[in-house]
Amino acid sequence: MLGLLGALPLLALARPARAAAATPLGFGDLYGAVSVLGLSFSDKVKALAGQPVTMRGFMAPPLKAEADFFVLTEIPMSICPFCSSDADWPDNIVVVYLDRAQTFEQANRMIEVTGRLEVGSWTDPHTGFVSLLRLVGARFERA
Amino acid sequence: MRATLAVLALSTALGFGFASEADAATIYPLDRATILVRSPFDLKVEFAGVVKAEDVKVTLNGEPAEVVLGKGFTFVEREPGVDASAVMLRAASLAKPGHYTVEARAGDDVKTVTWDVYATPAQPKAKNVIFFLGDGLSVAHRTAARLMSKGMTEGKANGRLNIDGISPVAFVGTSATDAVATDSANTMSAYMTGHKTAVNALGVYADRTKDSLDDPKVETIAEALRRTGGKAIGIVTTAEIEDATPAAVVSHTRRRSDKADIALMMFDVKPEVVLGGGSAYFLPKSVPGSKRKDDIDLIDRYRESGYALATTAAELETARGTNSGRILGLFHTGNMDVALDRLQLKKGTVSKFPDQPGLVKMTEVALEQLAKDPDGFFLMVEGASIDKMSHPMDWERAMYDTIEFDQAVGAGLAFAAKHPDTLIVVTGDHTHGVSVIGTIDDNKPGTEMREKVGVYADAGFPNYEDKNGDGYPDNVDVSRRLAIFSSNFPDYYETFRPKMNGPFEPAVQNEKKEYVANEAYKDVPGAVKREGNLPRSADTAVHAVDDVVLQATGPGADGFHGYMEESDIYRVLVDAMAIAPAN
Repeated sequence: MLGLLGALPLLALARPARAAAATPLGFGDLYGAVSVLGLSFSDKVKALAGQPVTMRGFMAPPLKAEADFFVLTEIPMSICPFCSSDADWPDNIVVVYLDRAQTFEQANRMIEVTGRLEVGSWTDPHTGFVSLLRLVGARFERA
Repeated sequence: MRATLAVLALSTALGFGFASEADAATIYPLDRATILVRSPFDLKVEFAGVVKAEDVKVTLNGEPAEVVLGKGFTFVEREPGVDASAVMLRAASLAKPGHYTVEARAGDDVKTVTWDVYATPAQPKAKNVIFFLGDGLSVAHRTAARLMSKGMTEGKANGRLNIDGISPVAFVGTSATDAVATDSANTMSAYMTGHKTAVNALGVYADRTKDSLDDPKVETIAEALRRTGGKAIGIVTTAEIEDATPAAVVSHTRRRSDKADIALMMFDVKPEVVLGGGSAYFLPKSVPGSKRKDDIDLIDRYRESGYALATTAAELETARGTNSGRILGLFHTGNMDVALDRLQLKKGTVSKFPDQPGLVKMTEVALEQLAKDPDGFFLMVEGASIDKMSHPMDWERAMYDTIEFDQAVGAGLAFAAKHPDTLIVVTGDHTHGVSVIGTIDDNKPGTEMREKVGVYADAGFPNYEDKNGDGYPDNVDVSRRLAIFSSNFPDYYETFRPKMNGPFEPAVQNEKKEYVANEAYKDVPGAVKREGNLPRSADTAVHAVDDVVLQATGPGADGFHGYMEESDIYRVLVDAMAIAPAN
């Protein structure tokens, strides 16, 4: 995370054509009020619900190397909540559903994901994974 | 604290600790169990193969178990996922202290174990018990906390920590029923039930079936206190309140990660004071930030039960005046931030949760509230992040939290000075492979950081200062700081410096599920990559098997001595409170 923050402004210029219509959304933009009694979605997230957005982050190691579902995190995960019994996800994760399976990207590398933003609690029928924010019909590439 | 899936899978597959006996039945509680008289426990026998119900005979000292225990077994011909039979008798209890020989037989499959059932003295020595648990607290944490907090001149410490005034009274063996190595679930469970169990398990023996909530239960100290008298119960931690250590006071599961269930189990016991993090498991799944998978609103349930609710340090101040006798304080959705971030650096998640109380404030409020109970109380206080910061080898954060833990012990000692009928225990649940080996001096010549490590006479003394007298160094990033290293580690970049931008995350996982060095630290000046000596499945440094040092003061402290198993400590606690005299 130390060396990566500085690279952000430059990368913004290199956005792929596909993402031209998508609005950039940062992890810091996701929630408005944060409290012990719950988080509330930011006005930006509410306004972008159902719209194409792009987000930059890190791919948490998925259940399978070829997966159409993974967790996008703000910083590389040093723990694996899928693997370790006491590990837990951060509050501000985004679940990504790809339009087709793609191969795992190294956790040390930032990726850029483009997809349609879904907002609100949803339980994955296959895994039981509960998510609040999702990018669906998504694709990603190295940022 | 951390345990790999491999350990869990292995222990579940075997179902017990001794592979050489895989062809014989297993009896829970295991051989050499010590059981509090009249305390409920589940008696389970797992046979090695499929047996007939009519062939099963279980005896206690030669008498049919059904007669002695006053109830019958449930027979399962084939356990789920296991091609073998078992019998279970839930909530058994033994009213008579003494030595019991338990024999289980089905055809040729015979197994014998012995149990010791004990009563407590009739007269309590202590009205109150405060159990201070420094998670992962090792000798190096104590030494480093003293050096950083008090300083040293000509080889003599310039001051004493609060814990330095309490005599060490026992070495504690922390091993699990399935391994010499151990985690914070089975260790705290041994302290809080008197029974050792397997890695990742709480308040149960680990049976062979996959279901994590069906394992044979033993009674927790909170349940024992509810069953036997009117003492108030308090649980205080800087971790999630559902984390292994606080969970062990109240809960029963084979898997410590069943946090949503643990939150419900804690509510069933209704401790009078509950202070910590982990509100995510109190919120229904519809609320953003929730980690539940159901619609249960535990905040509401606590409120309906008369609890004063606090979500910030300011609200805790208000709640401490409550006359309801009950306080629920949840100050973070996850683990609370550590002292170094809260008090000085403002990193971690402090910007999201800027008004978290520290462990000292939480301990003081808990003591004040619990002391109102005329029957006395049991309070568990955990310094959780001594461990949580030792895993990633973030030594400065671990040591600041050791100082904070020590100050919380100070609050306990101050209470005991006014209430001398209070037993105070200070201990860890397991250790880390950590040592202080000298200093790191930025002003030594050269650019290579290893050449700046001062050992023997070259170490000199560190130059931390505490001019404001709060017990913490005013600045953690001094030019001559303690050199602290772990005996074990994954691949990582050693920076030889405090992590000023947030807690250290030494390794991240690759596509092969192997942990590799986190390249975010690659470009820190002087950083060097260290090849790990742990399996690549290990995300951080691991627990040590070394003994824990237990200290105690006050009435009942004379019950501790020499080497004790972690499960032996429970008996000293219940003896001090005399909760189960012989009839």
